[in-house]
Amino acid sequence: MLRHTFTSMLRYTFKRLLSLMISLAVASIVIFMVIEVAPGDPASFMLGMNAQPETLAALRSELGLDVPKIERYFTWVAGLLTGDFGTSYTYRTPVSQMIGDRLWVSLPLALYALTLSTLLAFPAGIYAASRRGQAGDIGVMGATQLGVAVPNFWFAMILVLIFSINLRWFSAGGFVGWDKGFFSGLHGLTLPAIALALPQAAILARVMRSSLLDVLSEDFMRTARAKGLTQRQALWRHGLRNALIPVLTIIGLQFSFLLAGSIIIEQVFYLPGLGRLVFQSISARDLIVVESVVMLLVFSVILVNFLVDLAYAAVDPRLRARS
Amino acid sequence: MKRNLLFGVLLSAVFLFAAIISFVWTPYDHAALDIPNKLKSPYAAHLLGTDHFGRDLLSMVMVGARTSIAVALVAVGIGMGLGVPLGLWAAARQGTFLDELIMRGNDLVFAFPSIVIAILITAVFGAGAVNAIIAIGIFNIPVFARITRGAALSLWQREFIMAARVAGKNAARISVEHILPNVTNLLIVQGTIQFSLGILAEAGLSYVGLGAQPPTPSWGRMLADAQTLVSIAPHMALVPGFAIILTVLGLNLLGDGLRDHLDPRLRVART
Repeated sequence: MLRHTFTSMLRYTFKRLLSLMISLAVASIVIFMVIEVAPGDPASFMLGMNAQPETLAALRSELGLDVPKIERYFTWVAGLLTGDFGTSYTYRTPVSQMIGDRLWVSLPLALYALTLSTLLAFPAGIYAASRRGQAGDIGVMGATQLGVAVPNFWFAMILVLIFSINLRWFSAGGFVGWDKGFFSGLHGLTLPAIALALPQAAILARVMRSSLLDVLSEDFMRTARAKGLTQRQALWRHGLRNALIPVLTIIGLQFSFLLAGSIIIEQVFYLPGLGRLVFQSISARDLIVVESVVMLLVFSVILVNFLVDLAYAAVDPRLRARS
Repeated sequence: MKRNLLFGVLLSAVFLFAAIISFVWTPYDHAALDIPNKLKSPYAAHLLGTDHFGRDLLSMVMVGARTSIAVALVAVGIGMGLGVPLGLWAAARQGTFLDELIMRGNDLVFAFPSIVIAILITAVFGAGAVNAIIAIGIFNIPVFARITRGAALSLWQREFIMAARVAGKNAARISVEHILPNVTNLLIVQGTIQFSLGILAEAGLSYVGLGAQPPTPSWGRMLADAQTLVSIAPHMALVPGFAIILTVLGLNLLGDGLRDHLDPRLRVART
């Protein structure tokens, strides 16, 4: 039995891994092709209108722009696989280093927001489901309805107005970095993380509630009650695990939304993250940076979905069998 | 539940009405500068106040509603126009290579959040409202494809479809004549949800400069303008913010209400 579980999990993992590879390959081709049709040559953009043809040719060859596109694609992909993302056209520094620096802002921000959103949504969803139809449920659902409608960057501005400008509890923008210690870094990311987390928490709480309600009407819950468990015991021991499956999907999806959302939130707080890097690169036509950041974002979405699928299969054996 | 639907219809109607009216009338010219009256809080002459150029915020919100609604509506159109046929097609060929191809393609598109698509398009073609439409539209395609396929799959098992097949209709005709009418309710509800998400996404994109460009007024751009002035003129942030929230809230309530209304089984199950 255990062995069977192991092999079926292994087979499932292998299949999903294959699909992950294909997705990544296709995504990289799409991104490369889109960026390649971009009008304007980065080299001539950098040197300006009056550049000498020889200088231009020299720069083009230095940036690797003079080789055929197919070759450039494979060089780029090979670089991505080995962690060499090329050299920024504008700053002449390795793109991987630029991304690495910014990732230390964007990634912790997304994770912080994900944690906050989960911590808020679980109790809210469970509470609403256990008080179905009562005042508490209606209150929570009303609040989430509002939470879903609030744009996170607007909410961020309001947080700045209240907690930075009026109360002076947090700084209104910028990031002190992690050098001053974990907690001061965390403190700097708190407002952005709350702004990102709250609308997501509203969605998650709704999913948690409806998923729990679905489970509560299942036969096995009635059996659990018939065995003598109280409603609460049945909910904790049997309901939650089964209700978690759809919730897990949403959490997976949310991570990618949070990472993408942090691009916008970073603008509100002037955080030196991937979002700012991308916008600076777009205006400087530093397309190699745009290309790599976009690939990284898409990679993280695909990877998280892959992990969610695996977690899924681990929780629910039926999914392994189906594939 | 009826009350929610009514409230949703009312809120959505207000903004739709404001957008339509703005074509023929706004309290002031939305682009007219009036520096002596800049940064005024709401008062009798300017019901929602003025911005840092003295422009009337009510007029700007009305014209901005046009941009938001147009972008979100066309984006839903793109998503439905491409996603629904793909979903129908995949369901009709369930389990085949084609089905697999369409669904994996969907997963792939899903891996590109609309902000990422917008970044790519902007890097290539420069910023503009059309980018926002395309970016949100592309993001909508897999949403509609999935939901259509999911609903169509269960319909294909039903007796009336069997009857249609026995009568000699081919898969394409069955999809159009029998499957599509039966998923319409679902699509209307999902369309409302994607419409409200589109309004949020458009605001976000134009806030970071990837959407509508000046002089086209948009709620997102109004918020971007408000950002540095939020401490001295909070109304500049509150006005477009509430416009977005109320519109999205209205559409969401409308979507929920429609779902309950169109699907009587849900009405029973949810209460």
